Amino acid sequence: MAVQSCVDVRNEWDIVSARQLGRDLAKDLGFSSVDQARITTAISELARNIYLYAGNGRICVEPIEEGNRRGLRIIANDTGPGIQDIRKVMEDGYTTSGGLGAGLPGVKRLMDEFAIHSTVDVGTEIHITKWLR
Amino acid sequence: MLGEKGLLVERYEQFLSAYLSGRTEQSLYKAQQFSRKMIEQNISPEEVINIHYTVLESLNGDIPEQVKDSFDFLIEVMMGYGMAYREHQILRDKQLALESEIEVAASMQQTLLQGEVPTVDALEIGVISKAAKKMSGDYYHFVQNSPESISVAVADVIGKGVPAALCMSMIKYAMDSLPEQQNHPSIVLENLNRVVEQNVDPTMFITMFYGHYNTDLHRFFYAGAGHEPGFYYNALTDDFEEFTAKGLVLGVSRNTKYKQYEKKIEVGDMIIMLSDGVTECRTSSGFISRDEVISLIRSHMHLSPQEIVDNVYAELEQLQEFELRDDFTLIILKRTV
Repeated sequence: MAVQSCVDVRNEWDIVSARQLGRDLAKDLGFSSVDQARITTAISELARNIYLYAGNGRICVEPIEEGNRRGLRIIANDTGPGIQDIRKVMEDGYTTSGGLGAGLPGVKRLMDEFAIHSTVDVGTEIHITKWLR
Repeated sequence: MLGEKGLLVERYEQFLSAYLSGRTEQSLYKAQQFSRKMIEQNISPEEVINIHYTVLESLNGDIPEQVKDSFDFLIEVMMGYGMAYREHQILRDKQLALESEIEVAASMQQTLLQGEVPTVDALEIGVISKAAKKMSGDYYHFVQNSPESISVAVADVIGKGVPAALCMSMIKYAMDSLPEQQNHPSIVLENLNRVVEQNVDPTMFITMFYGHYNTDLHRFFYAGAGHEPGFYYNALTDDFEEFTAKGLVLGVSRNTKYKQYEKKIEVGDMIIMLSDGVTECRTSSGFISRDEVISLIRSHMHLSPQEIVDNVYAELEQLQEFELRDDFTLIILKRTV
């Protein structure tokens, strides 16, 4: 598997760096400009969550291959407070009503695959994947 | 999927090139219709811009770099709209699912609560009960325990909608489980009060009027628990009187006692029971008064009790511009012989 590249997220500027990282890889892999925008928007959301709620974390991107499919995977992890009730944050309308953006359900819809693991007081790790069409 | 999208792009190209060559209103109308098609196929806003750009590029090969790049910018701007749009669609689907669930619950409530109106010699009965929302917090219940007597309860949960309806279902079962005392309104209310006090959230209250009509004696025994007073129509004097039955709302205090009243009913007399949805009809000029309810009843009094309640409801519905704000229940018992 190809090498991961990562960006540490501590402040708002790091969100831009994480986007840039995702954009460059998406472009290299041949994603359309709409899909590039989807990928970077998803990265924005995840990085923003890290910045706002965990304070400290990391976004990694990597190209992936599975059979004859190629795609891009984003891994977001943090050592923040974790999520108490994952079902609730995955519910539409839950986080967005506070004006925080699309929330995790929005991220999930932008991508093809979505997985989340979270432990209270330990942190959260989210894996999302977009396949080339 | 890809084929469908390819087709969409092709048609977009047709419409756009038709417009660019003629700039007619008709091709704009086509575009408007086409947008509906795209919504049907779940094409998101950022995708529309991409389609537009793709088509523009194939129609006109030399788009200035700046314009090209500006499309990437526009797509990025539209991402937020795209996400909001998708969320909106999902919430709309959720709402539809919720509504159909409530629909099912409402029809369950209908079969559960609205028992049959009995036929009793010497009495004519008219009943109407309408929910303001899908589910009603009003409740009425007739019991005919022997050929010479019937009991009737009218209740109102303070509150509307689903919570009120759930509470009402409990009352229904509580009433079914006290068959022996149905001839004694005050005892019925005392028992129900205990059930409500023990089982219902302290913020929820229920008012009830309970009456028992003995057709041998033509006496009406009744008791009330904070319920909107009904009316008694005296045929001899042609007067309406208040059917006051004082008593504490159900569920406030465990050992509440209820006073039982009785009234002799003569031929032509009417017993009118209602919920506050009747007297709290709001019109553009404020609440209607109890006198107005009386005069509405009076104007239809030559009709049968069922026709009276139907007509009163129809007129009040009209007055409120067909927007019922509270559950509405109106029952009339009339002694005919």
